[in-house]
Amino acid sequence: MTTREHDASVYEQMQESTEFQELKRRFRRWTFPMTVAFLAWYLLYVVLSGWARGFMGIKLLGDINVGLVLGLLQFVSTFWIAWAYSRHAEKKLDPIADKLRHEVEEKTQ
Amino acid sequence: MSSTTLSTILFLAFVAATLGITVWASRQTKTAADYYAGGRSFSGAQNGLAIGGDYMSAASFLGIAGIIALFGYDGFLYSIGFLVAWLVALLLVAELMRNSGKFTMADVLAFRMSPRPVRTAAGVSTIVVSIFYLLAQMVGAGALVGLLLGVTSEAGKVWTIVAVGALMIVYVVFGGMKGTTWVQIVKAVLLMTGAALVTILVLAEFGFNLSGLLGQAAATSGPGANPDSFLSPGLRYGTEEQGLAGKIDLISLGLALVLGTAGLPHILIRFYTVPTAKDARKSVIWGIGIIGTFYLLTLVLGFGAAAIVGREEIVAQDPGGNTAAPLLALRIGEEIFGSVGGTILLAFIGAVAFATILAVVAGLTLASSSSFAHDLYAHVFRRGQASERQEVVVARISALVIGAVAIGLSILAQNQNVAFLVALAFAVAASGNLPAILYSLFWKRFNTAGAVSAIYGGLLSALLLVVFSPVVSGGERALLPDADFAWFPLSNPGIVSIPFGFLCGYLGTIMSKEYNAAKYAEIEVRSLTGVGAEKAVKH
Repeated sequence: MTTREHDASVYEQMQESTEFQELKRRFRRWTFPMTVAFLAWYLLYVVLSGWARGFMGIKLLGDINVGLVLGLLQFVSTFWIAWAYSRHAEKKLDPIADKLRHEVEEKTQ
Repeated sequence: MSSTTLSTILFLAFVAATLGITVWASRQTKTAADYYAGGRSFSGAQNGLAIGGDYMSAASFLGIAGIIALFGYDGFLYSIGFLVAWLVALLLVAELMRNSGKFTMADVLAFRMSPRPVRTAAGVSTIVVSIFYLLAQMVGAGALVGLLLGVTSEAGKVWTIVAVGALMIVYVVFGGMKGTTWVQIVKAVLLMTGAALVTILVLAEFGFNLSGLLGQAAATSGPGANPDSFLSPGLRYGTEEQGLAGKIDLISLGLALVLGTAGLPHILIRFYTVPTAKDARKSVIWGIGIIGTFYLLTLVLGFGAAAIVGREEIVAQDPGGNTAAPLLALRIGEEIFGSVGGTILLAFIGAVAFATILAVVAGLTLASSSSFAHDLYAHVFRRGQASERQEVVVARISALVIGAVAIGLSILAQNQNVAFLVALAFAVAASGNLPAILYSLFWKRFNTAGAVSAIYGGLLSALLLVVFSPVVSGGERALLPDADFAWFPLSNPGIVSIPFGFLCGYLGTIMSKEYNAAKYAEIEVRSLTGVGAEKAVKH
């Protein structure tokens, strides 16, 4: 076993490494803009529901109107983002994270 | 045999099965990691079902179907926030929490901050949020069981609350996280089966023509003057009579729902029940699939009840519309399979509703008692000197006490309209817990003063604004209809209290000099790579 001070220095070295910085960049560059995007898209939907009721009531197909289609699109976009994130994480994040984890675990053993 | 008898038999079968699971789980529960986190041995799919089980309350099953049946489109609008919220949990919280925490939400905060003040704040907030949510569910249970079983006497309601509370205590005290998770899984499967069955029958009745169903729903249950408005926003939330405040209230509610989920303690502790962060990710993706499908089903159930049962009959049984889904089950069963079929289907849906209530209250009791034992008892009172064994004993005792308190409060509040407590729990979670979690995972400079300010600032601002809102006073439907001290015009505080919570966290941080670069390096590396993450328990 090593002391906690020693652990911390391993973590600080790791934090400064280019590989870790790349992992952090890949994580943040995907999740942060996507979070802004889905929150904005959801708020747009709520605002339209409050202030654009004529528009939401326009019938598109039989009794199916714009509001229902936009609502269903919220489901579609949520399912899509969940799927896209899992692909992004598996391809771009997991390989680096796994490699770095093994490196640190070897050093701290 | 009447449907209430059959319903009772089915419900007793569920109780027997879940008690069996609890006995089994209690034998498997040896360590603290077993009790708090189910040994971290659930698969992503299992935990995904359990997430659905924890999240899909009777309020969302019966309540949303009821709002759609009475107000059409607005019920659907309401359900969307509950789903989109899971993206916050998936993208920003689930994996990083799994990697850096142990048993409770406070573990993540205490990682790089002064543990006692931070754990005290997080423990208080966890218990407040969970008790509000618990009260709303248990009071709802009393009313609901009354409606479904035809028990209208006061004593009947009280006994229902006591029975629900006693079962929930047994699940949590003996089964711990392992037992509770299996109860959630069984309930999620039953709920999805019941909802899917009725949905298919309704769609079949309309030749799988959604437009036909909507048209019939509007014609039968829409407002006489303008039936088409039933299919557009504005009958329930932000109505034209409520003016601007009503529409801003709609946004405030939406924000609280979307940002609150990832701050609900009973949801956060679910991420600890799986072996790795990848499984936490998988479980949220499963959860999104299940919860999303469920809300699509309630869309059909709600409009189906509006079309087939009709507004008048729904309101006659319960003005809040909570029995729309059971009534629909009865009617559609009768139309397709004859009267016996209707009775069976009604009984099944009734039993599913009880199972739903039980599972959700068990999850809440577990979250609050875990936080009491792990955060307040072990780390604040005993300053980290308590043994694992002592901690688990205290967790079990506090589950019993919290459960008993919840039963007592629910009996006192049984004739009050406490449904607003659910929205309030989401608002507190979004205003206090979420800022603290996000800042501590992503902001290097964040510190103890910031975490404590964010949690107390968000919690207190949300509570105070609700006290001075139309929910508590100044209206016929208020908690205190005879008093009027409402100066805050919105019934949901989120639009003010969420930014306020984030602001408090920011100001608290920059006004304190505390900053520990080494600790931030550790949590950043650990949260993103999984170094040093808690491992699953091997038996």
